[in-house]
Amino acid sequence: MDIQFTEEQELLRSSVQRLLRDQYAFEARRKIVAREEGFSRKQWDAFAELGLLAAPFSENAGGLGGGPLSTMIIMHEFGRHLVVEPFVETVVLAGGLIEQTGTPEQQQSFIPGIADGSTIWTLAWTEKASRFDFANVTTRARREGSDYVLSGAKTVVNAAPWADHLIVSARTAGDDRDRGGVSLFVVDRRTTGVDLQSFRTIDGRRAAEVSLRDVRGQLLGGEGEGVAALEVCRDRAIGALCAETVGAIAELNAATLDYSKTRKQFGTTIGSFQVLQHRMVDMFIAHQEALSLMQHLNLSLSAGDSGLSRLASGAKSKIGYAGKFVADQAVQLHGGMGMTDELNVGHYFKRISSINIQFGDPAFHVLRYAQLDAAA
Amino acid sequence: MELNLSSEDAAFRDEVRTFIAENYPQEMRVPNPETDLTKEQSLLWHRILHKKGWIAPLWPREYGGPGWSVTQRFLFEQETSRAGTLPPLAFSVTMVGPVIYTFGNEAQKKKFLPRILSGEDWWCQGYSEPGSGSDLATVRTKAVRDGDHYIVNGHKTWTTLAQHADWIFCLVRTDPSAKPQSGISFLLIDMKSPGVTVRPIITIDGSHEVNDVFLENVRVPVENLVGEENKGWTYAKFLLGNERTSMAGIGRSTRYINKLKQIVRAEIPADDPAHLEFLRDIARIELDVLALEATELRVVAQMARGIDPGPAASLFKIRGTEIFQAITELTHRAIGNYGLSIREHPVSANRFMPGPDYGHTASEKYLNARKLSIYGGSNEIQRNIIAKAVLGL
Repeated sequence: MDIQFTEEQELLRSSVQRLLRDQYAFEARRKIVAREEGFSRKQWDAFAELGLLAAPFSENAGGLGGGPLSTMIIMHEFGRHLVVEPFVETVVLAGGLIEQTGTPEQQQSFIPGIADGSTIWTLAWTEKASRFDFANVTTRARREGSDYVLSGAKTVVNAAPWADHLIVSARTAGDDRDRGGVSLFVVDRRTTGVDLQSFRTIDGRRAAEVSLRDVRGQLLGGEGEGVAALEVCRDRAIGALCAETVGAIAELNAATLDYSKTRKQFGTTIGSFQVLQHRMVDMFIAHQEALSLMQHLNLSLSAGDSGLSRLASGAKSKIGYAGKFVADQAVQLHGGMGMTDELNVGHYFKRISSINIQFGDPAFHVLRYAQLDAAA
Repeated sequence: MELNLSSEDAAFRDEVRTFIAENYPQEMRVPNPETDLTKEQSLLWHRILHKKGWIAPLWPREYGGPGWSVTQRFLFEQETSRAGTLPPLAFSVTMVGPVIYTFGNEAQKKKFLPRILSGEDWWCQGYSEPGSGSDLATVRTKAVRDGDHYIVNGHKTWTTLAQHADWIFCLVRTDPSAKPQSGISFLLIDMKSPGVTVRPIITIDGSHEVNDVFLENVRVPVENLVGEENKGWTYAKFLLGNERTSMAGIGRSTRYINKLKQIVRAEIPADDPAHLEFLRDIARIELDVLALEATELRVVAQMARGIDPGPAASLFKIRGTEIFQAITELTHRAIGNYGLSIREHPVSANRFMPGPDYGHTASEKYLNARKLSIYGGSNEIQRNIIAKAVLGL
């Protein structure tokens, strides 16, 4: 089941690799993260110029037609370099939802701005009590003429401080935890009534608590169909985040193996100790399994297979646990150095921890995997 | 679970409990005492214990210890830990103090011990070096005799709270030709000496606990040598034995489990299947704590009867740190999406943190706790110790 990349896909991969190798070394990234804004417009423009922000969209929508496999290729490399720019939020989440549920007019008016890098987007669905449940929504939207007016609060919205537009889930009908009655809305982040309280995240990015007071929004997709749309969107996001995790795992394993061959204690390299050899073998196995499952998921996403959502949850769980195991051991085997901000190992650890929370942690998804089986 | 206490010991326990309740400074009850207190604030409790005569439970009475039995020492440790008090600086009271009163000369005892007890001197530990972590015997920091002084050159690292320290106790190489363990000496160095530079190391939680300490042509009076030249390894091992006691951390784990339960109750509705999963995960950890506590009580009871516990400290270190790491992981998971946020250091009330107060330190604790299985002899090293010393492998 090893993916044979097409010439076009190989080209995409090598050009992303070259760009990141030249411009996104760990020290360059550190400077980007340390800045007040926390990400680099210049990098974002470079991604746009290379066609990365247009890659997955269909040609009809103004994209390059690369689909989930192009996202996978990009995200794997982004994972290896700990890229902080909001590709997932803008392209995979928002762009994906617009392409999936937007009217032709909405697609024409929003996707070109995403593809050319001029607008940044994010998805605001989490709330104080929602945990990982799309249906747990207290934010309300009421119709007013052709528009809707939203009021409520969203929590820990990744990339919100950078975003020009938000896609917000809000309730147009039903009770707080009803699956039906949730709809999606496009909201201009700078519009009256949108208020952000920004903060840093564990992986060096920015997020915000978003409060909405009588904010005008434009309906995206069918009224009351928000949860179903978000579920499809999550499957794609999982494909992307799993690719990113596998990229991070690859780097952690390479760094740990390298360190174990050079670090000497008790007159020999620590890699000669059997207990550490076995640990690194387990890390290698975790990488192989995660890589295979990640490719399997993205191939299924690409083919639009049925039963995809269950597979996505399974992958999020299995690859999440693999990432956690590898990250734990990479820090442990690097000893004190693994604990430092100076070394990249701890930053991969934190990125994997962050991915494991987003859209549900590995424990949440293994349960969902079981439940979808029981329901089938 | 409790020891079977005599009425005297039970009265002692009650006295300690009451004393803590009445005297522990409110000022020290901050979200994360290990990172949020100034040097002065962190010494408040130290000074209170000193005044009471309880600052150095381990020390013999002649040097200022309270003259407690093994059981009393354990009860004191248990009560202070259960109450969540910040322990007095271990490097001063638990580590260098006993080395000085055991191996130091009269002048050194007179000069240093009272200042350790009062909190006037803050000590840090100059053991690890960039090339000497688990393998401490390879330290390369050199001390060369020059008349009444040693000239010290080297680089110490992972030096906890060196930024506050007045003194550092160092392992230095005084005989480069001897076998690694036999050429090491134990030297006390004034941090104000010319040539001592402290450079912060920021860890993955964003905090500043550890440092590099650079020693460049530092002149150290010969009178600051502890014991005999080239016998430092013996003293170092003696000290590491003290470092690994009370690593079981039962009191701390119990407090964090209680907090975790409160978070789970608040964050995860009872009808969410995740609720039951959390209850089960927490119960498993509670059983781990219970088993470790029972082991600790068994060892304390043996020690009270004069039986040498051997390398029990290694067992406590391994399980105590694994348990605490598991608690911080579960707590980080319990706060859900808020686990993406982390306080920025230095901590300030002006910086915005999202979510309920009880979650504000979950991320930093989770990240910081990764160090526990690495420091004080990594858990791999502790397993080697048990394999060798207990199992005879």
